[in-house]
Amino acid sequence: MDIDIPHTAPLPPTPRRLPRRLDEHALAWLVAAVTLVPLGVVLASLWQPEGEVWRHMAEFVLPQLLINTAWLIAGVAVGTLGLGVSLAWVTAIYDFPGRKHFAWALALPLAMPAYVLAFVQIGLYDFTGPLQSLIRDVAGDSSWFPSIRSRGGVILTLTLVLYPYVYLLARNAFLTQGRRALEAAASLGLSRRQGFWRVALPMARPWLVGGVSLALMECLADFGTVATFNYDTFTTAIYKAWFGLFNLTAASQLASLLVMAVLALALLEQRARGDKRYTATGRGAANRPERLPPWRGWLVAGACLLVLSLAFLVPMAQLLYWAWTVAAEQLDLRYMGFVGRSLVLSAGAAGVVVVLALVLAYAVRRKRDIASRLAARLATLGYAVPGTVLAVGVFIPLAWLDNHLITAAHALGWPGVSEVIKGTLLVMLLAYAARFLAVAFEPTQSAMQRITASQEEAAASMGLGRRAVLWRIHLPMLRGGLLTAALMVFVDVMKEMPITLMTRPFGWDTLAVRVFEMTSEGQWEMAALPSVAIVLAGLIPVILLAVQTERHA
Amino acid sequence: MSKSLLTLDGVGVTYDDKRVLHDLSFTLLEGEIGCLLGASGCGKTTALRAIAGFEPIRAGRIAINGDTVATVADHWPPQRRGVGMVFQDYALFPHLTVAGNVGFGMTGVASAARRRRVDELLEVVGLAGYADHYTHALSGGQQQRVALARALAPAPRLLLLDEPFSNLDVELRERLSQEVRDILKSRGMTALLVTHDQHEAFALADKIGVMEGGRLRQWDAAYALYHEPADRFVADFVGEGAFLPAEVVGPGELVFELGRRNCRAMQDCATGSKVQVLLRPDDVLHDDASTLQARVVKKAFRGAQFLYTLALPSGATVLSLVPSHHDHAIGESIGIRLEIDHVIAFT
Repeated sequence: MDIDIPHTAPLPPTPRRLPRRLDEHALAWLVAAVTLVPLGVVLASLWQPEGEVWRHMAEFVLPQLLINTAWLIAGVAVGTLGLGVSLAWVTAIYDFPGRKHFAWALALPLAMPAYVLAFVQIGLYDFTGPLQSLIRDVAGDSSWFPSIRSRGGVILTLTLVLYPYVYLLARNAFLTQGRRALEAAASLGLSRRQGFWRVALPMARPWLVGGVSLALMECLADFGTVATFNYDTFTTAIYKAWFGLFNLTAASQLASLLVMAVLALALLEQRARGDKRYTATGRGAANRPERLPPWRGWLVAGACLLVLSLAFLVPMAQLLYWAWTVAAEQLDLRYMGFVGRSLVLSAGAAGVVVVLALVLAYAVRRKRDIASRLAARLATLGYAVPGTVLAVGVFIPLAWLDNHLITAAHALGWPGVSEVIKGTLLVMLLAYAARFLAVAFEPTQSAMQRITASQEEAAASMGLGRRAVLWRIHLPMLRGGLLTAALMVFVDVMKEMPITLMTRPFGWDTLAVRVFEMTSEGQWEMAALPSVAIVLAGLIPVILLAVQTERHA
Repeated sequence: MSKSLLTLDGVGVTYDDKRVLHDLSFTLLEGEIGCLLGASGCGKTTALRAIAGFEPIRAGRIAINGDTVATVADHWPPQRRGVGMVFQDYALFPHLTVAGNVGFGMTGVASAARRRRVDELLEVVGLAGYADHYTHALSGGQQQRVALARALAPAPRLLLLDEPFSNLDVELRERLSQEVRDILKSRGMTALLVTHDQHEAFALADKIGVMEGGRLRQWDAAYALYHEPADRFVADFVGEGAFLPAEVVGPGELVFELGRRNCRAMQDCATGSKVQVLLRPDDVLHDDASTLQARVVKKAFRGAQFLYTLALPSGATVLSLVPSHHDHAIGESIGIRLEIDHVIAFT
């Protein structure tokens, strides 16, 4: 998270109404605790290994997990870089048929949760799927066709879902700082191709590192895809330890290993953000993209269309087709229940998270010191932490608290009490909050930065107190940013799978849970219907984002 | 007689159906420094970009060193044109050191030779010892020098400079423009720069083209631009001056309030037609002995000189540059005398 403080004058002193203990520092750290406690709990289990559990895992589980994860990371890194950078390059620098539409459409795969694409891929390309059936009809034999249920299949699927992170950032880099530098390179005698390798690519490095680390964080956090492909990674292992073995210790120790890897990536991504500041070269030049000769133009357009089809159009069509075939019997009250619970949970989480983000952003703005900025930075680390890890990290301390509450309740003479917090939505909401605080904090913070200190001072000079300034200046001016924040969290919670699966109270099955259950049974058609709803919700922010970036470009 | 290095012949450029450059023609001789001067939006930067090869042309022809590099049908890419460019924002590569930037365009040169040439160029631009610095740590003036050295390194046939000093403060701008001229002249470099600042143009260029609305109004030496402007626009744009009404009384002969003069440009004008005579502040001299009297209406102190605005008996005003020890009060009448080589008049 970037938490730069605008270099504006400090605020005028205002009378303190809140008691000293509840000042902004306390508030900021309270919000940060939502992320820090689960992270701390998980990391702490690294220092208290239980010999038996470790030995078992080291012998039977870890080697395969590590090999699988290493392959996945390497494959997805190479795949997203290759696909993202080349698509960004052609759409930023060249003009070819349909370039304008491809420029935003190529970000569409972001709308499709990886776990949805996963089962659609299997449905499409498996032995019984339409493609292999067609091949058999034409050529008689499809046994040469590579199996989709393989390491390559997982890597391909995750690459197709995650390449937009690299694509969007690389395109931004090429558009903002690449063109002028490329002109300079051309004036020094370099061709476009040489300019790409010697100037554009090295200059875009911070953006590329940022994009790839985001993609890899998502890749490490992914649960649904690897679960669908039966490809064991840390997230599925945590889930199995949790539900299959009911072994919290094993789950949290696996989680602690995963957290280390993810935090390393988060660090890399933050460093990349910092580096971008030094690499802006000049204003965006007014030059237009270079027109490709017709046959090469159509070739490039065809390549873009191929990627878009593989990643979005064909899966979406298949999804809609499946949903259509079962809609008549499945669109019933039960389905409405999934939709309703998804909406309630997403809206509730969006409300909670936006309030937390607002408190945090406000505290950082009031204090403008290292302590509050550190609190914000740590609080927003959760975006890097996989949902499976957070579920474990939130559950353990709450279960502990619960036990004490139950003991207390029994001591007070209420013997019937068996759980106080554990079975409630609180566990889930706290885990969502930890995971998605950063998503809400970024737009909130940037809206906050547009309010100048002199605007606050003007309000104060007209006699408004601190709270009045918050109500009459901050909130009205922040409305747009807060709405964006709420929308982003809403959609993310809607798509979220592992936290929902692992911490939902009994009966709280959502669309994502339904997708998981149906895919685990191989019922692609049944999984398609709730998936369509999720993808449609996911399209909203992607379209907003696309519109925004095109306007800036 | 040196040969022409850059020739533009009727060049036109169009952006999205909007003509931004019309019929641009001029020639730059080898070793000359040319300048396109004009307000922002006049098309001067577009002209530069068309020469560099960043914009295709829609009419005419551009030739560099005898090679036709651009016509409507044929467009050489920038890298084939052998043209160096210094960008307004320098466009230095942030991922390379100063030496890396300067040596960037020297492809196919052995690394030892490249290093020698980089060092030599850094010496020339006064940045010896900065080879291993990164560019974002340099000051604006230093970045400008790196940009110049980088553009010179591949030994281009022609150097283009796009508002090269506009990001620098005034003092540095003057010093650096003189330095750049010396460097270019000592290397016999042919260069074309673009600026909106006429002082910069005068300080640097041998030939200056005044542009307006996508057209070249005049292509000439600074002296001619100032004293023999081709039209009223150039007369107004370059330097200060006043216009006095005059009447043509014979072939090339004018009469106006300050006397009777010959004007070659008005040779073909019919007797009796009304024209306007251009008087520069340095054409009107202060002379206590003169019988011609004018009243001081305004005065501006310019250090060594006063710029007086003087009202003639008819009420028309002229400007006069007077050494600043002649300090006259507003309202006072002073003697003036015309000293003028070429009378310029416009209809």
